Amino acid sequence: MSTLTKSESGTAPKAGSAFLSVHDLQVRFRTEDGIVKAVNNLTFDLEKGKTLGIVGESGSGKSVSNLAVMGLHNPRNTTIEGSITLDGQDLLRASQKDLEKLRGNKMAMIFQDALAALSPYYTIGRQIAEPFMKHTGASKKEGRDRAIEMLRRVGIPQPQTRVDDFPHQFSGGMRQRAMIAMALVCDPELLIADEPTTALDVTVQAQIVDLLKDLQQESGTSIIFITHDLGVIREIADDVLVMYAGRAVERGTMREVLKSSQHPYGWGLLSSIPRINASVDIPLMPIPGTPPSLLNPPAGCAFNPRCAYRELVPGDKCETERPPLAPANGHLSACHLTDEQKQSILTEQILPRLSS
Amino acid sequence: MSAEQTSLTKAKETPAASGSPLLEVTGLTKHFPVMGGFPFKRQVGAVQAVDNVSFTVGAGESLGLVGESGCGKSTTGRLVTRLYEPTSGSIKYLGQDITHAGRKELAPIRSEIQMIFQDPYSSLNPRHTVGTIITNPMEINGINPPGGRDARAKELLEIVGLNPEHFNRFPHEFSGGQRQRIGVARALALNPKLIVADEPVSALDVSIQAQVVNLLQGLQRELGIAFVFIAHDLSIVRHFSQRVAVMYLGKVVEIADRDSLYSSPRHPYTHALLSAAPDADPDNAAAERIRLTGDVPSPLNPPSGCRFRTRCWKAQEKCATEEPPLIQLAGNAEGHLTACHFPEDGSSKPVGASSVPKARDAAELKPKAAKAEGTPKAEGTPKAAKAGAKAEGKAEAEGKTEGKAEGKAEAEGKTEGKAEAKTDAKADAKAKGEKSED
Amino acid sequence: MLRFLIRRALGAIVIILLLICLTYFAFFSLAVDPAQLACPPKSCTPELLAQIRSNMHLNLPIYQQFWNYLSGLFVGQDLGQLGHCAAPCFGYSYNSQRFVWDEISANYPATFVLAIGGAVVFLAIGVGLGMLSAWKQGTMLDRVASSISLIGQSTQIYFVGPLAMALFVYNLQWLGIPKYVPFTQDPVGCFTGMLLPWLVMSIIFWANYTRQVRSLMLEQLSEDHIRAARAKGMSNRYVWWRYALRGAMAPIITIFGIDLGSVFSGAIITEYTFSIQGLGFLAVKSVNNADLYLELGVLIFSSVAILLFNIVVDAAYALLDPRVRLA
Repeated sequence: MSTLTKSESGTAPKAGSAFLSVHDLQVRFRTEDGIVKAVNNLTFDLEKGKTLGIVGESGSGKSVSNLAVMGLHNPRNTTIEGSITLDGQDLLRASQKDLEKLRGNKMAMIFQDALAALSPYYTIGRQIAEPFMKHTGASKKEGRDRAIEMLRRVGIPQPQTRVDDFPHQFSGGMRQRAMIAMALVCDPELLIADEPTTALDVTVQAQIVDLLKDLQQESGTSIIFITHDLGVIREIADDVLVMYAGRAVERGTMREVLKSSQHPYGWGLLSSIPRINASVDIPLMPIPGTPPSLLNPPAGCAFNPRCAYRELVPGDKCETERPPLAPANGHLSACHLTDEQKQSILTEQILPRLSS
Repeated sequence: MSAEQTSLTKAKETPAASGSPLLEVTGLTKHFPVMGGFPFKRQVGAVQAVDNVSFTVGAGESLGLVGESGCGKSTTGRLVTRLYEPTSGSIKYLGQDITHAGRKELAPIRSEIQMIFQDPYSSLNPRHTVGTIITNPMEINGINPPGGRDARAKELLEIVGLNPEHFNRFPHEFSGGQRQRIGVARALALNPKLIVADEPVSALDVSIQAQVVNLLQGLQRELGIAFVFIAHDLSIVRHFSQRVAVMYLGKVVEIADRDSLYSSPRHPYTHALLSAAPDADPDNAAAERIRLTGDVPSPLNPPSGCRFRTRCWKAQEKCATEEPPLIQLAGNAEGHLTACHFPEDGSSKPVGASSVPKARDAAELKPKAAKAEGTPKAEGTPKAAKAGAKAEGKAEAEGKTEGKAEGKAEAEGKTEGKAEAKTDAKADAKAKGEKSED
Repeated sequence: MLRFLIRRALGAIVIILLLICLTYFAFFSLAVDPAQLACPPKSCTPELLAQIRSNMHLNLPIYQQFWNYLSGLFVGQDLGQLGHCAAPCFGYSYNSQRFVWDEISANYPATFVLAIGGAVVFLAIGVGLGMLSAWKQGTMLDRVASSISLIGQSTQIYFVGPLAMALFVYNLQWLGIPKYVPFTQDPVGCFTGMLLPWLVMSIIFWANYTRQVRSLMLEQLSEDHIRAARAKGMSNRYVWWRYALRGAMAPIITIFGIDLGSVFSGAIITEYTFSIQGLGFLAVKSVNNADLYLELGVLIFSSVAILLFNIVVDAAYALLDPRVRLA
């Protein structure tokens, strides 16, 4: 554990320069079956105006860690340790009242399923105006005007009439836009986007990604973009964090992670998605097995039961010792393979498969 | 297994000899009625989910169906498996017309056309064991494989990569990917010749998707099973299907061999879809992507002429008045059919330098196109919205949403091209928006 | 909305006509002599029997009798020596020597007051306990509330009723003997007289609401839009009242409407237990005396009440949930 923190601090940007700083975050849920270690030793920083992409499968802890940032977990069965600092303010020690003041104001969140995330009983306009009225003390009239303005900003046509529509009267893409408007109504400095494009068609997905990029350029918002789609990561992220079984297994710039991944899981992800321009004769290389249960994660490296390169590590190190997130060939990766091994696997086995 | 294979191969030879493809769909149409009116309900319109769709699937071949949600690809799949009754057109299986075949006539064919569903959670009965789920179709169809049904089920579990000892477990004990494998095993239980796979991997985790795709691909190769592979992910369809049909608003707009379609798409919609597909390689230039604006119009009241014209940057008067036939254009490869009056330059790569001027065209042409269709739209939209308001059942909510979305979304042509063109389009659209408000 | 109401009203009229038709023929075309049935068993004489026959036009062919009955409902009809029976004419009850409609309208106010008061009580207690249960989910309070509900649901009015009477009326003497006093005459007396029946009747209903509200609230609270609302910075209390309760209300309204329909058409056991002269009481009386016309009248009246509440529920649902479009 201590080695981990040390290696972290060596490469992490100086404290204070980061807008959001998550340090050694642990999230545990108590369930009937036992304690779920949803997030472990997660550390990352996000600068102003930058986008961090978080990649991972369901159950990798990517959503949970961000709910913890927002303080939206259920306090009854969740314990959180570590620290989350937003612009110098410690969020884990903030009171509910203070958090309420921050949420929707300084930090906001958009969700995957816009239909479910918007209440069916209230108009789009009211739902957008609500946080604005709460955080700025604006009147109903001002709230409504602001909602219309926000709808216009996210590209909803005829906002002055659509503002009175209910969510079910919007199409999927427009609902997502409306939710973005709702999140951005108080000009948040941090926006957490939890798989906002996953449920959308490619054409709409491209529209939403462009919209988020435009809005970020206008207002300098920092974005955490959670997705499992590496294609979307490539479009929007500056930095990428790859999570597996509640831990960060790789962290680097978008280009580093997508072009010179240093972790077997990253390699697995890259070779299991078909490329639109790759040769169709190369079969996909799926990652065998299934993601582990977080109730009882494998000892050592959590990825070891599915890893194709386990034999290259001497002894049973993979099964007994958890690899620290340490620098390897330019960015951080948590794997026992030596730098040379990683580099040679990457250049000899992985990259040839990716380029046709 | 080996006996299995030979029987399948034999079956495969028969249609080849007679010359008819495994599945032949001609002019297939499905309209869902929309009820409304006062005081007595009557049909006031129809959701044109699938309209005049034709394609063939050869034995052992995989045909991909792609398109945005609501384009009718799933409905087409369900028509082929006869889960829906076609409104018109014909479906021929091995030369036999099954379009309106009754339960009895269909019985022997049902076992040969199977379906795999998108959601591995809701498509398996939670109260049945895996064994029951797989043996049930055999029981219903009175199939008694040598060695018994249970033995066959265990064999199938092994084929799809599951432990045969899990025969007595319940679906909830499996992960999503494993459940989808159970679904595949169930489909295989009747030795089908054709499997309609409706988004079989889109509900699965990325690392699991490839497992299922590889499994299906293996089945196609080893057992010679033909597939109708429905998906919205163009990369997966390209990887899996030898031929691909692109659907838009109930119609096939382009159908071609995989290589021909992906390397030289002729329909603007295909081109736009391909360029919108996200690509994980940071070295592929992507700044010059075509962005479609707005949403798919309502299938309750689809645009006249070419249905894509309302979102097309090439649309002209002709597109509104005349429906483009699905034909082989000059310069297309054999079997590459396109339904477009003003097709793209086939030589262009879907993602590449040549689409830069196109994106600009798109932005500049947009206002014009919007004007051209201004009049019919203004008439169309309120009608659609009204019909939607009265609509009933499942189609209802969508109908209304889309009906409204159509006119309004289009009113503002937000074109992601060059900045100056963008403002032009917006200005024009604003003017138009006010007009339609009056 | 108006179209919906009109369409539903038309539908309801058709159903009521069918119902009248069905019950009428079931009652009058069976082998038994309807005059014999209408004739009060204790005081029946051949003369009276003949009188009934001629007054009620029972000598006419059955379809004419039916037509008379049906048109009588809307325009009234002349019943021989009994004179003119005014518009909603359901016939004459020889047992009580009155027109059926007069009987119904005399008994109905009691049922109405019982139903309204009871409904308010069971809705308030049920929803309140349910929300408390959901709020304190998993705590002792939750378990206590659930147990009380279960006990309430498994008790019987004819058991709790006399018990409550014994305790509150005879033993503690907090309340007088329950009775119905018209609200217009004596509002306070109406309230105190009906308090015990309201409470006792509500027991079997509110348990259901407690359980429903609890599970609906928990379901709502786990919805994405609740989390999204909290992500906007809305306070827990706001989210709880404005978002979760709002979502839980629509299904509750449905159950409430159905329950209302059933209590408005006569809470037979409650009325009997407390000897309240209501519709349920009347129904039992008519059956006991084989009072044909009275039975038929009560039956039709109750059906109309139930149908009416069904329409109201559907309309209320549409008002509560914008996704529901009435057609």
